[in-house]
Amino acid sequence: MIELENVGYSYGGGELLSDVSMQLAPGSFHFLTGPSGSGKTTLLKLCYGALLPTAGRLSVFGQDMARLDRDHTAMMRRRIGVVHQDCRFLDHMTLAENVALPLLVSGRDPKSEDANLHELMHWVGLGRRADALPPELSGGERQRAALARAVILSPDMVLADEPTGNVDWEMSQRLLRLLIELNRMGKTVLIATHDLSLIRAAKSQVQARVLRISQRKLQLAGADL
Amino acid sequence: MKKGSIRLLLKGDQRADRVVPPSGFTAHLTLFVSGAMAFLAVFALALSLASGRLADRWASELARAATLRINAPADQRASQTAVALKVLQQTPGVASARALTSEEQAALLSPWFGPDLPIDALPVPQLIEIVAGVPGYDSTGLRLRLGAEVPGAVLDDHTRWREPLVDAANSLRRLALVSILLIGGATAAMITLAANAALAANAQVIEVLRLVGARDRFIAGAFVRRFTFRALVGAAVGTILGMAGVLLLPDASEAGGFLTGLGFQGIGWVLPLLIPPLGATVAFAATLAAARRKLKELS
Repeated sequence: MIELENVGYSYGGGELLSDVSMQLAPGSFHFLTGPSGSGKTTLLKLCYGALLPTAGRLSVFGQDMARLDRDHTAMMRRRIGVVHQDCRFLDHMTLAENVALPLLVSGRDPKSEDANLHELMHWVGLGRRADALPPELSGGERQRAALARAVILSPDMVLADEPTGNVDWEMSQRLLRLLIELNRMGKTVLIATHDLSLIRAAKSQVQARVLRISQRKLQLAGADL
Repeated sequence: MKKGSIRLLLKGDQRADRVVPPSGFTAHLTLFVSGAMAFLAVFALALSLASGRLADRWASELARAATLRINAPADQRASQTAVALKVLQQTPGVASARALTSEEQAALLSPWFGPDLPIDALPVPQLIEIVAGVPGYDSTGLRLRLGAEVPGAVLDDHTRWREPLVDAANSLRRLALVSILLIGGATAAMITLAANAALAANAQVIEVLRLVGARDRFIAGAFVRRFTFRALVGAAVGTILGMAGVLLLPDASEAGGFLTGLGFQGIGWVLPLLIPPLGATVAFAATLAAARRKLKELS
């Protein structure tokens, strides 16, 4: 599904990631962990084409990312649901409109999907907040709304960047359950987090593999977690 | 760009347009600029059409009349005049030729020499008024023939007077056309600036749209529709006001000379109606170009 071969990423100041190789198989559940600033977000950005690798080869759905033009990148993103660390909403539109935004930009009529949208909003527990504006929401609500937006197009893969970053333990458990449910529906899931207790909690419910970034390299973490 | 994709860019639903947050201030500026430019364009157009009409009128009216002057010793004047009239009557394209009477000649000279001029005592040349028919006569051929048969005849077809007048009217028309082009260019420049500002102000929105899988066409379309519509509305209002202004100008009159009659005539009233769609087209192209440039900078 996503394949990285000796991928490196350098920015002006120096090398952040080097020689990263990994494969995400369809239907797999992965955690990506590592200290703050180790490059978790960068690695996720590489996966959805917000950044291009400076070395190596990265292919998504069998297509070389470096060769995709802007329109193909957009089409690829419709197959990958992303929960961003800072959520990224359009603040002048209601929560329901924000969640339905991927439908709108992909040319589908959000009206005909109203029932789906309604169901999805209830699934993430935001059925009653549909008409609220994003700035009025709490951190947990924003994260759940971002998750709903990430999955509304029924993507093949869900990438989540610190989805439990600023929510309490109970809410993070709830988000985790939603992600595990998605994985059971067949979606490939990759979650970047530095929260080890979240990973432990997940391990009892799902076959999860843990990737760790350390010293610019990606390693498969052992079973000691 | 194909026709289909232009229609697709302009066709959009209100939901799609909502993705760009409403912006009151720049919206009003765009409306004002396109309105003001359309207003100016109406006047430039009126000036260009009127000066065109003036040039045509001067060219044709003066071209139809000519004067033949016979400078001959007093004893030969009458005979040469007769020969000249005969030649003129035989020339195809001459509708009428008539020798001016001595009273008429005296009247022409009186502003310079006073009414009591003993015109018979002076060697005043005989004038013959020629009115050309349609089609006109061949002035070069006529000159050659007159030169052979009436040595003292000088044909003046008013070219000397006509040309500077027609030139002046034509350069006025050129200036007006250049003004219209400049107005179009200035509109494009200002819409580009406004679109750039809007795109920059909404960089976050564009980023979010890109992240959820929007293609450039979708994002550009939302901005292009907005600016095209504003330019269309602004230009329509400006054009209506401009046309009302032209309508209120005084009608053409003898006393006003060429300063009056600056308005539109007949089918000319249709031309200013083309300004709003043209303005919208300029806005469409300018915004599309600006959006494409800006979007390329984002991932």
